[in-house]
Amino acid sequence: MINKRWSSAVLLGLLTATTLAGPVPALADDRAEPPTEPPRVQLVLDVSGSMRATDIDGRSRISVAQQAFGEVVDALPDETQLGIRVLGATYQGKNKQQGCLDTQQIVPVGPVDRTQAKAAVATLRPTGFTPVGLALREAAKDLGTGTTARRIVLITDGEDTCAPPDPCQVARELAAQGTTLVVDTLGLAPDEKVRRQLLCIAAATGGTYTAAQSAEDLTDRLKQLVDRARDTYATIPAKVDGTDTCPGAPLLSPGVYTDRETFSEHRWYRVPVRPGQELRASVSVALDRPVNPDYGVLLRATTADGRELVRGVDAGSGRTDVVSTGLRWSAGDDAERAEGTDPTPTAGAPSTVTTVCLVVSNMFSPRAGTAADPGMPVELTVDVVAASSAPDGPDLGRGWVLLLLLALAGLLTGLVTGLLTRWWVATWRN
Amino acid sequence: MRIRWATAAALIAAGVALTPGTALAAPTPSPGAVTVTRAGTSYLTATPVAAGQPVRVAASTGEYLYWSFPAAAGEIHEITATVTLAQNRNGRSTWSVEVFDGLRRRQACTAGAQTPTADASARTVGIGCTMRRVRPWAEPWSGDPLPGTYYVRLAVVDVPEPDLGLPIDVDLLVSTTDDAGSSADDGRLEAALVPPTNAGTVVDAEPTVAPESDGDDGWNLSLTGWLPEAGSRWIWTTAGGMLAAVAGVVGFALTRRPAIR
Repeated sequence: MINKRWSSAVLLGLLTATTLAGPVPALADDRAEPPTEPPRVQLVLDVSGSMRATDIDGRSRISVAQQAFGEVVDALPDETQLGIRVLGATYQGKNKQQGCLDTQQIVPVGPVDRTQAKAAVATLRPTGFTPVGLALREAAKDLGTGTTARRIVLITDGEDTCAPPDPCQVARELAAQGTTLVVDTLGLAPDEKVRRQLLCIAAATGGTYTAAQSAEDLTDRLKQLVDRARDTYATIPAKVDGTDTCPGAPLLSPGVYTDRETFSEHRWYRVPVRPGQELRASVSVALDRPVNPDYGVLLRATTADGRELVRGVDAGSGRTDVVSTGLRWSAGDDAERAEGTDPTPTAGAPSTVTTVCLVVSNMFSPRAGTAADPGMPVELTVDVVAASSAPDGPDLGRGWVLLLLLALAGLLTGLVTGLLTRWWVATWRN
Repeated sequence: MRIRWATAAALIAAGVALTPGTALAAPTPSPGAVTVTRAGTSYLTATPVAAGQPVRVAASTGEYLYWSFPAAAGEIHEITATVTLAQNRNGRSTWSVEVFDGLRRRQACTAGAQTPTADASARTVGIGCTMRRVRPWAEPWSGDPLPGTYYVRLAVVDVPEPDLGLPIDVDLLVSTTDDAGSSADDGRLEAALVPPTNAGTVVDAEPTVAPESDGDDGWNLSLTGWLPEAGSRWIWTTAGGMLAAVAGVVGFALTRRPAIR
């Protein structure tokens, strides 16, 4: 029963959102429409000389990786488009400059020809240098631009021997380019420098790091990551640029947005809210780089003239991926009574729309050597739904005390009436 | 959407039917519930689960795992998780399960080991969180738990760096331990806290068109505005009135008796 009521409430919210969005009438349709793009994922395999080492279950790293790739290709869901890029696979010489340009796409991103892909992987022999940064950059190009999220899975056993470009810096640049790109990393060697580097790449793009210790680990994890590409590729927020003051800030309709905010920066947005509507906003700031252990995020809603309406705040310490908070605010009756909050009243009738300013600020402090630019990823969710009225006090009663009270009151009334009647009859007779 | 809610409701109902009324009983998965073998990596990609639906997923130490579940007014949810850790670890690790509502606001746990620490030799670590009862309505300015989507985030919050990336297995169960239902007196949320997931659009100009009148402007003969909602209070009050009338007659009769004598 409650759930049914919910679904109608959600429908009502959708309707309201559509009404509000005025110029964008197709909004409600957008919510239901499935993306037409297939999920795209690129596997990037390190084929540098160190992959010859035989330290995974007594087998060489490359043979374990080849077996895992074969199984992943076999189990690949039909709609997923997979590409494979290798690095350090061909150049056998000692010239670093030349060796560091050694990366090729051996299977182009697209519908996979399983036999061909497996054959291409099987012929790989460990050879050259490890240009991870360049390979990442090229892999992002291979995946192309589009409206959906894309994933890169990087499998390597050694740290980048070709920096610059520093692979972590490359990952951060790619993540900041606007298309949602997630790099998951798999380390094949228990080496501290490799781990640090892969952790940094993963953190910069919101990906994960896994230390593969056995062939089974590697295969299972690869399959999981490729499946994840299919599960998560459709959800991609719209990019928006918040301003540093409220006037002129972008006007947002319900939906999910992404932005970047650096340390000590404030980003302003505006949301129009009608009387009888409730504004809901939530924000997540991702920690994609090393920061000091204590941090927080603050989301405030103010009127156009700076009066604070409500705030949401959250803080924490220790390891985390995002810090998030949210707020609700409803345009009450008093706002309707010409609060004067609308900064641009149109000629003629004054507008009844309250423009609420949202400001996102963060309380992160960079560690020594942490780059400030580009800013940290901000995810902002805005929704405008029907406001919920406060419940009134009940008009009727309930409970045994009420029954007792009413019965006693009735009894007393009966007694008094009876006595009065007796007294009146006696007096009248006399 | 409607179908999803219906299934969720059915699963919740199954969970309630199975779970004993006391919060002390160990939560068990609903019979016939399909085990979820996935986890999301962010709020937007959180894997939806229903109460009573077991989750079993392989992951890496240091990963942030997200699930979401629907909650209705009057329910108390309990989250229990067991993390099977890798061997040959370097030191102690602290794990944490955090719950956020549909607006990504942190929700408190009233009971349960929310952030347990596992020794280097421990094989498993148990994590638990019992949430507050979901309220049917709350002021916009409050952070009380409201009906809607809830997010669960499981992650390691403190770990020696060499242990990051090691494989783990996570078992998680969200269960409804108590359902008090909701009364009309406590108000109602017009729209559940279910966040939108569509990409937003930046509007060029402020919408200045007056909201279309929805028929409320004319005089309405409907009594629903000021008549209290149907409910047990009507029965109690009516019964009280009748009782009062009977008591009144009895009282009146008591005063008459001496006159007859």
